[in-house]
Amino acid sequence: MRHVFSVRIGPIGFRVGSDWRAPIDALGELYRYYPSPNLPDFTVRLEATHWWRRWLRPSIRIAGDYTLPEAAPLPLAQGLLAAEMAMNLQLALGGRRFLLLHASCVERDGRALLMTGESGAGKSTLATMLAARGWRFMSDEFALIEPETGLVHPFPRLISLKNAAIAAAIAARPDAKLGPLLAGTPKGDIRHMVPDALAVGAMDEPALPALLLYPRYGFATEVRGVLPSESFVRLTQASTNYVALGETGFGALTRLVRETPAHAVDYPDGAAAIEQVEALWRTL
Amino acid sequence: MRYRAPAPEALLTAGLDTLTAVFHRPSGITHLLASPAPEILALLAEEALDADDLLARLAARFDLADANREALVARLDELVAAGLVEPA
Amino acid sequence: MADALILARALADPQSLALDTDWTGLITTARAEQLLGTLAYRLDGLPLPEDVALLLADARAAAENGRRAALWEAEMARRALAPLGCTVVLLKGAAFVAAGLLAGRGRSIGDLDILVPRADLDRVEAALLAAGWEWVKPDPYDDAYYRRWMHELPPLIHRDRDRMIDVHHTILPLTARITPDAGALLAAAEPLGNGLAVLSPDDMLVHAAAHLFADGDLAGGLRNLWDIHCLIDDHGSAGLAARAAHHGLSKEMARALRLTHRLFATPVDPAYREVRPGDALYLRRLLARDDWGRPIRPATRLAFYVRSHWLRMPPAMLARHLWAKWRR
Repeated sequence: MRHVFSVRIGPIGFRVGSDWRAPIDALGELYRYYPSPNLPDFTVRLEATHWWRRWLRPSIRIAGDYTLPEAAPLPLAQGLLAAEMAMNLQLALGGRRFLLLHASCVERDGRALLMTGESGAGKSTLATMLAARGWRFMSDEFALIEPETGLVHPFPRLISLKNAAIAAAIAARPDAKLGPLLAGTPKGDIRHMVPDALAVGAMDEPALPALLLYPRYGFATEVRGVLPSESFVRLTQASTNYVALGETGFGALTRLVRETPAHAVDYPDGAAAIEQVEALWRTL
Repeated sequence: MRYRAPAPEALLTAGLDTLTAVFHRPSGITHLLASPAPEILALLAEEALDADDLLARLAARFDLADANREALVARLDELVAAGLVEPA
Repeated sequence: MADALILARALADPQSLALDTDWTGLITTARAEQLLGTLAYRLDGLPLPEDVALLLADARAAAENGRRAALWEAEMARRALAPLGCTVVLLKGAAFVAAGLLAGRGRSIGDLDILVPRADLDRVEAALLAAGWEWVKPDPYDDAYYRRWMHELPPLIHRDRDRMIDVHHTILPLTARITPDAGALLAAAEPLGNGLAVLSPDDMLVHAAAHLFADGDLAGGLRNLWDIHCLIDDHGSAGLAARAAHHGLSKEMARALRLTHRLFATPVDPAYREVRPGDALYLRRLLARDDWGRPIRPATRLAFYVRSHWLRMPPAMLARHLWAKWRR
């Protein structure tokens, strides 16, 4: 392909081929301090929908090892978004070595906090805010659970911030490196933030899951314990590859829910959430 | 009609407080079962039974609140649809 | 430009792979052709770079899970249809794994395909619907077209397991120019011992050739041709020509044998070791994939796509069908 980029994010390597230079330049700039993979696990292609679309109202079709045929093409201006979405898709549909959970993850003292919930529940923002307070950022989107050990591995991709979360994240980390503001995407305004140097430098260091949280933004503060059976149900729904992993997935997930305390946390704002998180962490 | 369940080696079982998670190895499907489903599977794995015999053994072996034949047949139908139980 | 020849060579002769092989290109091509699991089994045990070995181990694990899911679908279909007492023959991937054939090793398997006698079609349909399968497309025009002309029921999907089943009563559409002998296929089917059956080895090969050339536009053709290679490796090809002739598929079977010999060095009768006009075009189509996983050779692909419709329907019917679809 015309323009090519490769990157390793935690244990997962990608190569991205593109019909245009701009998305590759954007990726190269933001992932500048990340390592390169020897053998990419996945291939992504950013392709013009028809050959004339390379120049006329350029429009990107996301392709690669795994695709969603119904996915709508994106304008070239949102090339960075297309690349990030495509990489996520490869991991979500093709990931096999780790049990994948839609969860953000931060670490302290070798132990990990996992937060999972619906889109908009705030798991990305909370992870970013905790990282600003000294926790090590491991991921905002995917927690990678290694079945053999039960450890969670980092996946510190670019943090995808949407709409109001953009300002909140910048306020928490004013020195962070940012991608361009992508307005008018299917999900509103999006901006990418590069994780801090600690997160990137420690991308090969796993941690032991110590606390599972199900945050819910926009409610009066309330905390309740969650039983393993409820966690099991929630996490199978939050996993893209539980079924594909078979016995291995069953073993990894039952172990995780039996060995990790879990709580549902409703919170009205970021500060309240942080307070709750720190309080729960102290009880461990 | 008699029913039968797979031998214990065909299942991976993890008790989780109120529910039992069961991985059915022949299908790769995970089931979350509440009492008396796990007990039904255990009995039908030992021996193929019809609904009446099953009901009697459940009452004798386990402490079941509602020993109702109709409810039992409904549970059995669910387990058959899920592939965990087979007509013998 | 790179094409899938690197993959064909790797499958045919894994030992020939050099350590400086473009592993990324090979793996991407294999994935795009639904042959990564197959490749992983072919390379199992050979000295490989560590990260390649790990990735291929993952692919074998994935293939194992796929095999289990396919066998389970077959089992659930068996349970639903057992009370009917009619012949139920597994086809394609599910048949290969159920019968423990070489062609099943690492194979990616999609829908469950079964063959039943046409006379039992209504009862089979009713039994499947009662056991939790549902129609995929509730479109009345497509449905009428399907029932009248196709070689299978409209597609069904199971409401809990989300897996599809295709119920065939013959192996090519009724509108195609070739009409295989469905009765003979069923009569020669070999029982597996659990109530299900598979086609006889010769019929499996004839079906594979029919499927490869007479039914479709050769999408997935490389995998289908590899199936044929494995079936011949397992069973040989004595008696094959006669059986193909009986079903009216001599030309297709001969071409399949020539192509598999050319591409995979399959041991075949000397009569099939020469190249005929037209073979080169088929090879071009079968290998039309580059090392980024992209389909290449658009003109060749289009030619085969058009051809596949022409094969399935007489031209007058084709025009009417496309007209009706366009109008909606």
